[in-house]
Parts: sequence; C-alpha cells; structure tokens
Amino acid sequence: MLYFSRFKVFSIFLIFIFGVYFFIPNFLSLNNNFFFTDKKVNLGLDLQGGSYILLEIDSKPLIDQKIQAKSLDLRRELRKKNINYNNFIVGINSLSFNFNPNQRNLVNELLSDSSINSNIGTSGKELTISVDNDKVNIIFTNELLNLIKKNALEQSIEIVRNRIDELGTKEPNIITRGSDRILVELPGLKDPSEIKKLLGKTAKLTFRFLSNSNDENSLGVEILNSPKKDFKYNVEKRIIISGENLIDAQPGFDQLSNSSVVNFKLDNLGSRKFALASKNNIGRNLAIVLDNEVISAPVIRDAIVTGNGQISGNFSSQESNELAILLRSGALPAPLNIIEERSVGPDLGKESIEKGVLSLLIGMLLVVLYMIYNYRIFGVFANISLFANLILIVSTLSIFGSTLTLPGIAGIILTVGMAVDSNVLIYERVKEELKIEKNNLIAFDTAYKKVLTTILDSNITTLIAAFVLYYMGSGPVKGFAITLAIGIISTFFTTYVFGRYLVSIYVKKNKENLIKI
Amino acid sequence: MSFYDNKYNFLKYKNFFMGISLIFFTFSIIFFFTKGLNLGVDFKGGTVIEMKFEEMNKSEDIRKSLLKINLGDVKVKEFGSNKEFLATIEQKGKNNDFVSSIKNHLEKDLNKKVDFRRVEVVGSKISKELTRDGIYSVLLALILMLIYIWFRFEWQFSLGSIIALVHDVIITIGAFSLIGYEFNLSIVAAILTIVGYSMNDTVIIYDRIREFLKKDDQKDLDELINDSINSTLSRTLKTSGTTLLALISIYFFGGEILKGFSFALIWGILIGTYSSIFVASPILIYFKVKRNWEEVVDTSP
Repeated sequence: MLYFSRFKVFSIFLIFIFGVYFFIPNFLSLNNNFFFTDKKVNLGLDLQGGSYILLEIDSKPLIDQKIQAKSLDLRRELRKKNINYNNFIVGINSLSFNFNPNQRNLVNELLSDSSINSNIGTSGKELTISVDNDKVNIIFTNELLNLIKKNALEQSIEIVRNRIDELGTKEPNIITRGSDRILVELPGLKDPSEIKKLLGKTAKLTFRFLSNSNDENSLGVEILNSPKKDFKYNVEKRIIISGENLIDAQPGFDQLSNSSVVNFKLDNLGSRKFALASKNNIGRNLAIVLDNEVISAPVIRDAIVTGNGQISGNFSSQESNELAILLRSGALPAPLNIIEERSVGPDLGKESIEKGVLSLLIGMLLVVLYMIYNYRIFGVFANISLFANLILIVSTLSIFGSTLTLPGIAGIILTVGMAVDSNVLIYERVKEELKIEKNNLIAFDTAYKKVLTTILDSNITTLIAAFVLYYMGSGPVKGFAITLAIGIISTFFTTYVFGRYLVSIYVKKNKENLIKI
Repeated sequence: MSFYDNKYNFLKYKNFFMGISLIFFTFSIIFFFTKGLNLGVDFKGGTVIEMKFEEMNKSEDIRKSLLKINLGDVKVKEFGSNKEFLATIEQKGKNNDFVSSIKNHLEKDLNKKVDFRRVEVVGSKISKELTRDGIYSVLLALILMLIYIWFRFEWQFSLGSIIALVHDVIITIGAFSLIGYEFNLSIVAAILTIVGYSMNDTVIIYDRIREFLKKDDQKDLDELINDSINSTLSRTLKTSGTTLLALISIYFFGGEILKGFSFALIWGILIGTYSSIFVASPILIYFKVKRNWEEVVDTSP
C-alpha cells in the first residue's frame, strides 16, 4: 500500500497538472488566451442573476376548436348521406348523437370512413367510436390529444424563441419540458417583466369589418371590446386577412397624429385579398383585432393595393414596439401560462458568490486548523490533499461545464468538512495499528488496507443520496448534487491515493523513528 | 489518557436512550400533524419577493402597504438588514405583469424606491409536483440505502440503519415544525444529505461490528457492539466536528438564503451522529444479528 511505482506517481502528478490547468482560467479574465482554455465553471442563474420561467400551454382551446371542427364535418356528412340524427351533443372532448336503428349500416359505413376517423401514425386513430342500439359515442383518443399538444408545443417554442431573440437577451436557453411545457432560462437578465409581457399574449391578429347592422344577435357578428376606449364594437366574424399574411411589422411614428404606430407589410396573397376587400368597401370601418380586442377601427378611404399599411391605436412608443415584435414573431397557437418563475437580480447573485466564497474560506481555515491541532504533521498532509481536492473539484466542474449554484457552493463547503473524514478514518486506524505493530511500514500498510472497505461503503451511501438528488431535484438543488458527487469522488482520490503517497514518503523516511499521530 | 481513549459504556443505558428517541420521534409526529410545517412557496404555491430599499424601513409598513392590494395572506420579515425584506405572498397572480404591478404599487404607496432582488412565483400545479417529487426522493434514497446495506451486510444491519435514518428524518422534520423555519426545496436537499451522512456514520460503526464479529463469535453481543462504538468513537466525533465547523461557517457567513439549509444540515449532523451511536448500534441487539460470520468451509471429503 505504501509502494508507488514511478508510473503511478507520474499519473498522480499528471492529474494535478491537468487540474491546475483547468482551475486557473476561472480566476482570470483572459479572452482568447493562447495558453489557457476559455472553459470556466458555469454559474447558475442564482449566482449570475437571471430568470427561470416555466410556461404551460393551455391546450384546451385547441381541443375545443378540434371538437367543433369535427362536429361540423360529421354533421355535414350525416346530412349528405341522408342519415336522420338527433340529440347531437358536443362535450369537452367527445361527441354523441342518436340515430334511427334502420340506418345502422349507413352510420357504420360513415364512421369507419377514414375522412371522419383519420389515422395517426401507423397504428393510432383519432377517435374511439362506440355504437349502442341507437346511440353513437365518439371520444378523442389520447393519441389525438397528445398530437394536438405536441403540434402546439412545437409551434409555440419557435414563436417563443422568436420573441425572445427580438429582445436580444444573451444566450437564452429555451427547451421543451414534458408534453406541454416550455422552459425559458435567461441568464443575466435584470428585469424579466418585459419578456413576461411578450410571452403572455397569443397575438392573433385579424383584419375584419365592423358590422353594419346593429342587431347584436345577427349571425356572423360578435361583440368585442376595445382595450383603450371603453367601447364595444360589433365586428363581423368573417376574416379578411390574418397575421399569417404579414411579412414584416415595424414600429414607426406618425407625424400627422403625433403618435406611435406600427407599419406592416403583407405578402402577395394578403395584399391581393386586402386590395379587393378595401376596394369593395370604401367608406366602411375596418376592425383590426388582436386577441379578441379591437385595437383600431379606421375608416377605409381608398383601396389599399400596395400591401403596406399602418396600425394606429394611441400607442406609446413602447407599446408600438411590443406590438411590432409580436406581429413579426407570429401568433401562438394557444395561450401560454407562467406556472413557475424564479428570478434573481445580478447584484444579489454577486453578493451570494461573495458570501459563498467567504464562508468557504472560513470553513476551510477552521478545518485546516482543526486537522493540524489533531494530527500535527499528518494534519498538514491531510490539508495538502484538501487543497488539491478543492482544485480538482473546481477543474472538474470547468471541464464538464457543470453549473455551479449557491447550494452547489454549500456542497463544496460540506465536502471540505467531510473530505477529512477519510483522513480521520485512516489516521485513527493507524493509531490502533501502531499500538499492536511496532514496524511503522507494516502498521501504516495494514491501516490503509483495512480502512478501504469502510471508506468505500460510507462514500457510496453518500453518492446514492447525491444521485437521487440529481434525478429528482431541479435547478439549484441539482447543482448541489453535482458538487456533492464530484466532491466524493475527488475526495477519494486526493485522500486515499494522493494523501497516501504523501504519507508514504514521510513514513519511509522515518522508518526507524517513533511515529506519533 | 485522552478523552478518546476512555472506554464508555454506551449500551448500559440503551433502553433509556431508545426511550428518549421514541419520545422525540413521537413528539415530532405530533408536531407535524398539529402545528404542521411552515411550507415555503415551493410546496404551497405563491410568491416570494426579496426586496431592498435604499433607506431603512419597517416590515410592518411594507406588509400594510401590500395588504392594500388584493394579494391574500402576506408575510414580511427583515432579511439580513433593515433595508432588506422578504415578502411571502399567498397569491401567484394570473397576469404576467403581476410582479411589476406589485413593485409599482409599493413604490407609489411608500414613496420609496425599491429593488426586487429575487422573485419566485410557483403555481399550484408545480408546488404539488415538487411536493410529490420531494417525498418520492426521500423515500427512494431510503430504499436504495436499504438495498445497499442489505447487499453489503445482513438484513439486521440494513433494517437497523434504516430505522436510524427514518428516526433522523422524522426528528429533523419535527424540529422544523417546532421552530417554524421555512420548509422548502433546499431543506429536502439537506434532508437527503443528512440521510447520506448519517448512513456514512452508521456504516463505519457497522463495519467495525462486522469486523469484530468475524474475529470473535463467542463474545457477548452487548460488549462487542460497545467495543465497536468505542473504537470508532474518536473518528465519529472528529468527523462530525470538522463537518460542523464547515457548516457553522455557512450558517454565519453564507447569507440569508443558505441559513435554513445550513441549519438543517447542522441539526442533521448532530442527530445523525447521535443516532448512529444510540439507535442504529443497540438496535442490532434486539434483532439478534448473525454470529457466525466464518465462511462456510466445505469439509466433506
């Protein structure tokens, strides 16, 4: 146990050279240094400041839309085939109706048609259909519901990305979580309120006409509010063009009305539709509707053929800017709700680092003194391996680009406290062995041998706890688990391998002397 | 003769210490069900805002001001100095400008500039998930430990160590219930660490017990276990000592955010060290551990 081959000694020092090489860049602010890498420990949001926002897609409106569309399709087909039906009920994700049992064959034929019940993937179906005596029950399958969610998620994440990129934050991390969630991490952001505001709107834009009739109940007309004026508009449901036809939107300023506006540009199809509609409706009021609110209702004075237009609605310059971003990045298929938010200001992050480092230094100092007090020269060996340990932990974090969080720093400090455990175990064992064995070499050798299983057993239990933490925990807690796990492994190396090497040198030199621990 | 070289009779009063543990354990459960835990937003849902004013302020004024807008239950406490405060708000806000509207209201109402340094908003769905995950993770850790010890030792050791761990976890939760410190995600992390640490302590004593059992299968079990505890005692106390030194440093210098976390760990180290000596070890006597650890030698011709 006390013999180290040259190769082994060489490997130990090689590891430390690597360690130091990756340790140093964390404390230098050198860019493109030719000697050191630019790999550094990745600071978590709680240390560098920033926002963690978890969004959930409200897919209910989409499922609602789908069920409405399905019921229209089905009723049209039923009429086409002259099937008599009644009691047609539209549920949350189900349909049902009654039919005349004489027409059973016709009904079965219709329901097995793939235009009504399309395939999903290779084996799935959109609907689960059950036919009783004279009643049909149709339920959306889980495959269909998942497909709706999946599509919505894919579309949404693109649009979320667009909107956040528009604000120019640095290195945002935007990923999906589960089947209906989007995680947005914005490092270094001081105030997330702007981004939250942008993410809170679906931004469905439609151009329609105000209704001529004042009859509130007339078909194809709905009553919509205006956000600025306390006013209600009767707006036709028919849509002339929608946000999809927009190819650009920019904030601008209108000299005439002295207010901020949004200038937009339509694609070819949109331009043609808009030109035709405006030509035929000169004198009528257009309704520009955003998320079921009328933001502006200008009178059409001329046919608009260029495909360029302007939205004015008493905007402040910030509002017009926001609207332009929303229109450029596109509409979300469904509303996004913020279900979790954690934001830390950059100065608090800095303070946390300072306090973390301070408590690390003090904790370490206390441990170092304690070890020297207890074990004298062997305490010094333990302390050298402790410093080596710290370097290895930090460099391992740098190499893997792992994230260091505030609890992560606490994990390192805890490791400092627990790291000496292996040393304590070894030295206490050596004491016992020295009582029965007079030969120093043999006593140390047996102690190291005997203590190995104990060290392994006790460290593996802590590793188990760290792995559970890593899998179950989130954000900062994960950071704690990472440093704890890295700490345990590097502790084993620094105390049992490196520390043993230091001890072996000392013991070999003092073979004949009385060693006192 | 130093303190560590003395031989103490830990098992002489084993029934007494078991009794004390049982009382603590029972009271912890009673506290948990009557007083409950001061759950943080992680598990209850709601909003936490850490704010800093440029001049000093009173937490009561901030609370009164926050109560003017409809936020449900509001708690405000000083957080480090009389310029910094932590507000815990029941509401989590449906609108995305919820937090900025609170800030606007505070600045207008108190006529003072305020900086929101940390904001956490947790919806009820997430808090339910976090609660579930927290419970699962502690249970999973316990089960994995149970299996590992079973695999490395014998079922009696496995059961004994798990009883000690459950003892540590329950009494830590009881302490949080009694003191009323906020119970949040990082406390769960601390509890898992305690589980690991306490196990570490227990394993080291068990290892020694096993070693002595292999050496001598005639010795009285009480005496054998007592010897094992004594011969590992200096290690147990010294390691707990260094770990506590590191943790006390976090408690005093690590800032307000880590206070609860380091408190849980300090408490856990104390209780974990106690339980390895006074719960996990004596319990082996009740379980009647296997005495014959010699490897089976095939003597048939």
